Amino acid sequence: MNYKVTIGLETHVQLKTNTKVWCSCANVYGHPPNTDICLICLGYPGSLPVLNKEAVRLTVMTGLMLGCNINTYSKFDRKSYFYPDMPKNYQISQYDKPFCEGGGVEIDVDGDRKRVSLTRIHLEEDVGKNIHHESASLIDFNRAGTPLMEIVTEPDMESADEVFAYLLALKQILTYGAVSDCNLEQGNIRCDVNCSVRPADQKELGTKTEIKNMNTFKGVYRALKHEIQRQIDVVEKGGVIHQEARRWDDLAGVTTAMRPKEYAHDYRYLPDPDLMSVVLSDEQVSKWREALPELPAARRSRLVAEYNIPEYDAKVLAADKAIADYYEEAARLSDHPKVVSNWIMTEVLRALSEHDRGIQQIKISPQYLVDLVKLVDDKTINMPSAKEVFNQMFETGENPSTIVEHKGLVQVSDTDAIDALIVQVLEEHPQSVGDYRNGKKNAAQFLVGQVMRLSKGKANPQIAMEAIQKKLNS
Amino acid sequence: MSKAYSSHTEKIDVEYVAHLARIKLNEEERERFQAQLEEILGYVDQLKTLNVEGVDPMAHPFPIQNVFREDKTCPSLDHEVAMKNAPQKRNGHFMVPKIVE
Ligand SMILES: [Zn+2]
Repeated sequence: MNYKVTIGLETHVQLKTNTKVWCSCANVYGHPPNTDICLICLGYPGSLPVLNKEAVRLTVMTGLMLGCNINTYSKFDRKSYFYPDMPKNYQISQYDKPFCEGGGVEIDVDGDRKRVSLTRIHLEEDVGKNIHHESASLIDFNRAGTPLMEIVTEPDMESADEVFAYLLALKQILTYGAVSDCNLEQGNIRCDVNCSVRPADQKELGTKTEIKNMNTFKGVYRALKHEIQRQIDVVEKGGVIHQEARRWDDLAGVTTAMRPKEYAHDYRYLPDPDLMSVVLSDEQVSKWREALPELPAARRSRLVAEYNIPEYDAKVLAADKAIADYYEEAARLSDHPKVVSNWIMTEVLRALSEHDRGIQQIKISPQYLVDLVKLVDDKTINMPSAKEVFNQMFETGENPSTIVEHKGLVQVSDTDAIDALIVQVLEEHPQSVGDYRNGKKNAAQFLVGQVMRLSKGKANPQIAMEAIQKKLNS
Repeated sequence: MSKAYSSHTEKIDVEYVAHLARIKLNEEERERFQAQLEEILGYVDQLKTLNVEGVDPMAHPFPIQNVFREDKTCPSLDHEVAMKNAPQKRNGHFMVPKIVE
């Protein structure tokens, strides 16, 4: 039987502010435990939270980037539950008046475009971090009170691939807007995934399960692939899906039911009397709207239009704002923006990933990359030499001309010099010469390789190839 | 104590409310709170009879909005001071009975 899958996401994003949302403790990752805490984020009786203005701006900016309606009136509510990582025994969140409602995220799965609708975006506080030991649990409250934005989608996605594309697109936009560092290793983005299946001819949705607290995109993808199949298997066997929270076990590659909480979901929201409501003026919102950064989709179109590069290149380059910035700096200096794009998409990205570095740490200046492209273009060096030069530039950040000079890599395009090498190669490899004459044309490749070897990589391979073919065909 | 307000029509589940608040009640307290809570709900019922047409619901009694703080860090509590009231601690952490999810 065919099944339809319905998926909705709640994505929690830590905002990039200097301080926490209700107090002036630093919002940083990696400090020693319980050193960024105060009476407010520890929930001491009598302490009063005061809203961080920057957290409001970043939440509203996100709403504007995602095409949401911005509510002029918003307020904060208490969500009550008991858990040791929540010192107040309630979490301050937004219940019925969030900052943003509606909006959407454009996704593209292998050329199929669609828009994932958003329900709302609200601002709340993150909780502390638990470390579970054999006999006890330890709590670090440094994270408690970190401004946390929750982005809720409609049940709009129909496959793990769409969810993956949604998360990537969302992360790109949030990074472009400098709203969050979006560092997954540091838990900047975490999501809960709601998923149900139903026979294709059935109208009403199946019972959904919720996979809690996912912190990698790959994990979300794998968990969904597994959970969708698990639900289909249950239905096929005539079983019943229970509405429940499930946990993804990354090592075992399975989801398992979490122990159902007694009286779950009785959060008893009530307006927080400690916090005043927020009224945003139209002027304020338009001011923020005017300050919106260029978003990934606009960047892609502009890269195609301005530098005449293929859509594919634009997509790869614009995926990371910093890479796109680097590319544009170089492309503006070059007569060959497409060749610059090739270098970045292949050598630069490869070298960065091999050295586990970001483009921010690259030592090669855009000008030097352009100079390297030019050295190849005017045939001063050949491609293999250029790659050698590139690797050294990547290590040291040196000027490519200096490296070419030091290593003596200037390409030999002098036909007499190359001819002399060819004579030697043909003498040494009669077998390949015979192969070529008997129709094995790719024997010429081997012979060119030998010429390159003799020239220590400096011969112009095109000239060598032409000369060899000319000799053997005569 | 005389009853100031009529009793609430629905019976309130005191046991459930106590569970939500994580407090244990004995038989005598259950009965006492049952009556008191019903009285409170009765008062709310009485409020519900008021005509509030055209009155916007409000989240706060004070007409104050937009109380913000600039995004500037201030020193946090000294670690030792912050941990002082912890009944149990280990490696700079607050220690609690093992949490089972
Ligand atoms: Zn604090």
